Amino acid sequence: MGNLSSTPSPSKFIQPKIQDTGLLRLLTCGSVDDGKSTLIGRLLFDSKAILSDTLHAIERSSKKRGMETIDLSLLTDGLSAEREQGITIDVAYRYFSTGKRKYILADAPGHEQYTRNMVTAASTADLAIILIDARKGVLTQTRRHSVLANLLGIKHLVVAVNKMDLVDWSEFRFQAIKADYQLFAAKLGIHDVRFVPMSALLGDQVVDRGENLAWHEGPTLMEILEEAVVAEEAENAPFRFPVQLVSRPRSKEHPDYRGYLGRVESGSIAVGDEIIVLPSQARSRIAEIRLGNEILQEAVAGQSVALRLADEVDISRGDLIATVQDAPEPTRELTATLAWLSETPLSLGRKYLVQHGAQQVRATISALHQRLDIESLELHNASGIAMNDITSVSLTLQRPLAVDSYHDIRATGAFILIDEATNATVAAGLIRASKGS
Amino acid sequence: MSSTVSHRTLTHLDRLEGEAIHILREVAGQCANPVLLFSGGKDSVCLLRLAEKAFRPGRFPFPLLHIDTGHNYEEVIAFRDFRAAQLGERLIVRSVEDSITNGKVTLKHPLQSRNPFQSVTLLDAIQEFCFDACVGGARRDEEKARAKERIFSFRDEFGQWDPKNQRPELWGLYNARTHPGENIRAFPISNWTELDVWQYIQREDLELPSIYFAHSRKIVRRGGSLVPITHLTPVREGEIIEEISVRFRTVGDITCTAPVESEASTVADIIFETAATTITERGATRLDDQTSEVAMEQRKKEGYF
Repeated sequence: MGNLSSTPSPSKFIQPKIQDTGLLRLLTCGSVDDGKSTLIGRLLFDSKAILSDTLHAIERSSKKRGMETIDLSLLTDGLSAEREQGITIDVAYRYFSTGKRKYILADAPGHEQYTRNMVTAASTADLAIILIDARKGVLTQTRRHSVLANLLGIKHLVVAVNKMDLVDWSEFRFQAIKADYQLFAAKLGIHDVRFVPMSALLGDQVVDRGENLAWHEGPTLMEILEEAVVAEEAENAPFRFPVQLVSRPRSKEHPDYRGYLGRVESGSIAVGDEIIVLPSQARSRIAEIRLGNEILQEAVAGQSVALRLADEVDISRGDLIATVQDAPEPTRELTATLAWLSETPLSLGRKYLVQHGAQQVRATISALHQRLDIESLELHNASGIAMNDITSVSLTLQRPLAVDSYHDIRATGAFILIDEATNATVAAGLIRASKGS
Repeated sequence: MSSTVSHRTLTHLDRLEGEAIHILREVAGQCANPVLLFSGGKDSVCLLRLAEKAFRPGRFPFPLLHIDTGHNYEEVIAFRDFRAAQLGERLIVRSVEDSITNGKVTLKHPLQSRNPFQSVTLLDAIQEFCFDACVGGARRDEEKARAKERIFSFRDEFGQWDPKNQRPELWGLYNARTHPGENIRAFPISNWTELDVWQYIQREDLELPSIYFAHSRKIVRRGGSLVPITHLTPVREGEIIEEISVRFRTVGDITCTAPVESEASTVADIIFETAATTITERGATRLDDQTSEVAMEQRKKEGYF
């Protein structure tokens, strides 16, 4: 290659050790009024994730708007349409790294189309930060966010009581909000909740402890993020491997290679493990696990690999490989909670496509059950489904799917609904139960 | 050929890699005629390694495509051809020059940046080969408009992105369905940062065009940026030419890609600089994004990657 490409030479710098402890996906819920954008800006700013040219740009924008100090919220307000309106209208993703962890932060707006956006952002989150304005306490919106985070299976909730500077840093106020929230959370069956008093504006208890909330003995928000345990849950669940592609190179070097390509969505798998293919129910054993040119002895949730089986089995895209002892039953009847995302309401009697794992099958909504009123948090009998509705329904599938309950395994308990005519993604589905299981 | 992965040791790179490979396979699984955009730049170099991990020992289920502005550094073009040949995969090159010749692109002046016109040539190539999906190395951390773009980004028949009408994207479920004429842009490394890319290049020991590493180059300082002196970007009256050690952080069109001052001659050095850097990648080094805060959003609406 000569001078075209890199030739390693001894390093001129002393290398710092950049530690590697995985990834945490988190979601912030709240409105602009709660100081959400400011909190995100603060997390990025204090963890040194804002770079100088970005900082100069927001300095300029802040000045243009007649502000004297830097408006940290400008960091997260992306698109021009939103900036004109002064609100965030879609999910945006931010990245920062503390040296201990890489963070992917989904910023879901609090106002318009909140259900749709929050459901989207929550679908991949491990942890949710629920923002409360200390002056206002627990609001309908707080309850709504908590219900949605819980519905979408986010195991770790952190309630951030913000704007403590505006209530004289009052511990009494914080404790009252905490008690109020706990009362409501217990009714929903939410138990793992952490509470942090803070001022995102001034920085107290976000990344640095600050001096104004010395009475708070618990961890700062950043400490909670750094210590949340997330990877184990997916790895300890039953093994699920939706087959995305079948690789058959038929090349000189690999005339008979047949690899099943996919990602381990949950659990783990090792060479020699007995597996079952669904919906065909064919059985075999794992003969080889490959990641590029590496041969692995085992693979865990999160890894995309190629599996070879000991026997020749008929497998195609959309099939599910599971371990024999805890495999799901294929079914054509499902009960699920639908979060409707489209502006076009559900049309009963029409066929939709269910995309589940790497499979797409036609389905009809056979019955509507109850709609969750997100304002009152009451259940009502549903007569139709429109945008932002959360409704439990029954579905009938054209062909059987191997599914899990969303509560047990997120990846194989979730689906999206596609309108075949427009190709739009119209709903998110969370499987509650299936006939057969 | 052997290694073992034990529980609870997946690093953030392992997780990003698992996601990116999954995305590449979804493109191959759902789209009839995809293509992977390969420029020779560091992000697309990562994409090629991810494609190897996704599809080897088989061949890639898509060809590679480069939209050549004709204003690229020759080291990058040579590297592009070398890498495609090394992989034994098909490389298609379509050039902005042809779009200028056949009248589809009209330049205001000959030295104008050709970056915005890549869209025209790209859309023509999509039409010529009937591609229904283009895989690209764009990242959400590069720019604000990108932070909101989906991993599978739907484009209408004019190649336009409509930020207000994006398909909801939940879990790892990507809807790549299109009608004839429409297409999908898929971004497997959406969730990677510049630092992640460099760490991956280091871990995978990936080769890069030499201009990514510190080298001596004649430049002038213009408007806060270093402008390399080339036949396309000549020195202006009154400017002082300096010869200093620089490296490029992105490799695009010569007229709009500026190097940064650097002594970093290895990937490890670059990681050190990146971790400690105070300038975002597209900030001082992409002369075309500085025009307005909404520059990128506008270009994407017009079909730009």
